[in-house]
Amino acid sequence: MYDIIIIGGGVSGCAIAREISKYEGKFLLIEKESDVCCGTSKANSAIIHAGFDAAEGTLMAKLNVRGNELIKQLVSDLDIHYIENGALVVCVSEEDRPSLKNLYDRGIKNGVKGLRIVERDELVKMEPNISDNAICALYAPSSGIICPFSLTYAFAENACENGVEFIFNEEVININKEEDKFVVIVKAINDNIEKKYESKVVVNAAGLFADEIHNMVSSKKMKITPRKGEYVLLDREVGDYVHKTIFALPSKMGKGVLVSPTVHGNIIVGPTATDINDKDGKNTTIEGLEEVMTKCMVTLKNVPIKKVITSFAGLRAHESNHEFIIEESSEVKGFVDCAAIESPGLSSSPAIGEMVANICNNILNMNKKKNFVNKRKGIVQINKLPLDVANKLIKENPLYGNIVCRCQKITEGEIVDSIHRPLGATTLDGIKRRTTAGMGRCQAGFCTPYTMEILSRELNKSKKEITKDNKSSPICCGNIKENL
Amino acid sequence: MKNVDIVIIGGGPAGLSAAIGAYDKGARDILILERDKELGGILNQCIHNGFGLHTFKEELTGPEYAKKYIDLIDERKIQYKLHTTVLDISKEKIITTINKESGLQQYKAKAIILAMGCRERPRGALNIAGYRPAGIYSAGTAQKLVNIEGLMPGKEVVILGSGDIGLIMARRMTLEGAKVKVVAEIMPYSGGLKRNIVQCLDDFNIPLKLSHTVVEIKGKDRVESVVIAEVDDKMKPIKGTEEEYTCDTLLLSVGLIPENELSKEMGVELSKVTSGPIVNESLETSEKGVFACGNVLHVHDLVDFVSEEAKVAGEKAYDYITNTSEEEKNYINIIAKDGVRYTIPQKIDAKKMSDIQVVRFRVDNIYKNKKITIYYDDKKVFENNKKILAPGEMEQVFLKKKDLINQDIKNIVIKIEEK
Amino acid sequence: MEKKELTCIGCPMGCQINVIISNNNTLEIDGYTCEKGEIYARKEVTNPTRIVTSSVYVNGGDKITLSVKTANDIPKSKIIDVIKELKNIKVNAPIKVGTVILNNVANTGVNVVATREIKKCS
Repeated sequence: MYDIIIIGGGVSGCAIAREISKYEGKFLLIEKESDVCCGTSKANSAIIHAGFDAAEGTLMAKLNVRGNELIKQLVSDLDIHYIENGALVVCVSEEDRPSLKNLYDRGIKNGVKGLRIVERDELVKMEPNISDNAICALYAPSSGIICPFSLTYAFAENACENGVEFIFNEEVININKEEDKFVVIVKAINDNIEKKYESKVVVNAAGLFADEIHNMVSSKKMKITPRKGEYVLLDREVGDYVHKTIFALPSKMGKGVLVSPTVHGNIIVGPTATDINDKDGKNTTIEGLEEVMTKCMVTLKNVPIKKVITSFAGLRAHESNHEFIIEESSEVKGFVDCAAIESPGLSSSPAIGEMVANICNNILNMNKKKNFVNKRKGIVQINKLPLDVANKLIKENPLYGNIVCRCQKITEGEIVDSIHRPLGATTLDGIKRRTTAGMGRCQAGFCTPYTMEILSRELNKSKKEITKDNKSSPICCGNIKENL
Repeated sequence: MKNVDIVIIGGGPAGLSAAIGAYDKGARDILILERDKELGGILNQCIHNGFGLHTFKEELTGPEYAKKYIDLIDERKIQYKLHTTVLDISKEKIITTINKESGLQQYKAKAIILAMGCRERPRGALNIAGYRPAGIYSAGTAQKLVNIEGLMPGKEVVILGSGDIGLIMARRMTLEGAKVKVVAEIMPYSGGLKRNIVQCLDDFNIPLKLSHTVVEIKGKDRVESVVIAEVDDKMKPIKGTEEEYTCDTLLLSVGLIPENELSKEMGVELSKVTSGPIVNESLETSEKGVFACGNVLHVHDLVDFVSEEAKVAGEKAYDYITNTSEEEKNYINIIAKDGVRYTIPQKIDAKKMSDIQVVRFRVDNIYKNKKITIYYDDKKVFENNKKILAPGEMEQVFLKKKDLINQDIKNIVIKIEEK
Repeated sequence: MEKKELTCIGCPMGCQINVIISNNNTLEIDGYTCEKGEIYARKEVTNPTRIVTSSVYVNGGDKITLSVKTANDIPKSKIIDVIKELKNIKVNAPIKVGTVILNNVANTGVNVVATREIKKCS
């Protein structure tokens, strides 16, 4: 019997897992995909927002600002690459100036620090590529950029190291509330076999599927709508096109798209916002990509849109009240929802973890763990090390001297580490998300065969068993001449 | 830090031939840096025949062509390092490399020859809408999987782009047991060689759809189908012409891009047309003593021309390190006009050029019954009738030193004109 | 009488050549614009041949596969037969370029030879 079962291995679930691992107890996280960070957490703007956007007094506003405060210590403890690059909300018409002022006022009320309005002269100095129509902007210096994969993996690995169990490829199909426990019934994705897990508390952090989990136990029905956001990513070659995260001030022309550097040195442009029905509908559309590429021209000029290296779509878990639902069910004691976590969910995740752990502790009254390991070491990036440090490492482990992904300059050592660390990578995408190998301008054209070879060697699998993401995504289908 | 006379970045056909060119001219302190486990570059996975007709007067496969050059390297005992990636080249010609044995190591070169080759344009650059499942590979990746790893990337294949690698892979996949359903080409003509269209597609009844492109990819985990549509003259898909092809694999053969990240970082000036360095008669880039050849300079269709070009780069690099006198350069610009997309080189110094200077170029469209003309400033000095000119086939003309030296010519214009 | 349409591979023109084969095996060829076209068409209609390249698996070598080719061209109609005969072949390292892998493949009188060197892998 577990004390807590967390359903869902996105950034929220993993943040919660890490927070509860500070307590004594038996904890389990169940994820239906083969890895953490496979849903909403993997495809978003990768921004730690300052917190001026959400309405005053909402949970979104509170947790966003708190998350932004917590992130600085967290990235140091968990060895995550984070850049506080600041954000600008750009106003391109005098008639919209009052709404920019409103946004400023809201930010101040939300407790965002350092906010100020910058006029065109200063704006142009900050961002030379700003649109000729830009007249002023709200400047939020505490806005930052992060790799959402790194943040999620860091939470998960640290939680795992502190004793939280993780189970993958198992989908929760029902939850029964008995006297003083929950029986969580799962179906294994690989063989359809059903299993049961029992716990005192269940945390629903199932992202897009949080409504289905919630509705298994509660009579007050919830509905999560997948809201699609499409993005394009530009080559590192144009990575210094903007330095801050550039938002468009929402106007009668609608909500614009953001243009921002990423921690990997690319430029991200997006997202769109379209409500759809399919919770797996992560396809980009002709219209969506066109929208992204047109709208980015509102706040900026000469966007090097031809330098696109990839495009993708993510789905936000939208609920009609547009507010996080984080609470113990009043109807089903011990069932804790962490649902409707859409933007600013990534930014809020440290605070979400804290809040949900507190709710759980109020129910279970747990003792603090004495030997909690606070720190986690990330994957070393040889290319970022000083020469003598790198050489010492290569001497100890020569694999760090073998570049596998030439675009991102990722070595075999980094890839092997990503496979063997806690909750290690088992697929090409798992390696990509952990190391950035294959994320560069050739989009894994060169390194795919090499990465397959390393995965097959390290996991003792044949190359034919190597998949891109999950078990239904094999890279190859057989031997040559097999079908003749 | 080790000092080396000539460092060659890349051990593919260009790098090998450059090394031999430099050696045979007199250089002895040469080092080739190759990131892969063997010399030969992409030739090793091009197991089809058709290489070497110009150079060796016989038809070789890629590995055989590579082997001939590797043997020449070995005969000369030219030094090379495998599994070694160049991380950085500084303006001072300090090259930072990484490998398992020596870790990060630096070399100081007197001359550098860039021979890094090119990479394939990936799906992302095309903005094809749809899912991102497994089963989408560039043709070269598929070529490596099939020819080197002995693995089939899929059973039912659609190919986008009719570049030569795409055509070659259509045949390879078919022979190894896959069904290639269609090749779609967005242009109204194929960029591939006629021989490849006939022997790789027609021989196996694989349809080639010109002015068609992929507009959507379906399948969440693995490709399940792709939608192809006809495009108008602005290359925009025409609504209502969509056709869906069930398949598990989409191969992309949609262009090659010279790999100039290292060159760019060290400050080498690049051409917007070729994406390769701008070079003079010696194939020297905007950085003194840094030369470029092969596909890193401009994408070639025949390896024979790569070898020929690279040999010159090697010779010129040796001239550079042995010639200590600093002379002021006096350049004549070569201007590509009216149907000529670019020329290599882009400028020449008549004093430095060889007695006969080859100028290679590509045209921007299919031209039938036209002529290639050369003007020295306003004076027409050459014309050659051509039944056909195609973007996929590199052309060349020759300039004579005796016509150019001491003539006060500012520009050489190469263009396509009516007959 | 039989009619065949060909695309000449001699140059990028890609002339569409029409060939009419009459009962007494004489050929009428038109559509070509140079001598190359006529020669190509005649050969392609009477005796089309191809070099076939492929690869086979290797035992105990430094590479997984060995690339191979037919040492000479073989009748076009036999391409698939040649490939099929290579299906179950697995060669032992070491191998030199030019080593015969298969004699008289698909009864063409042509051998299949290695196009790469394979070293023994310890």
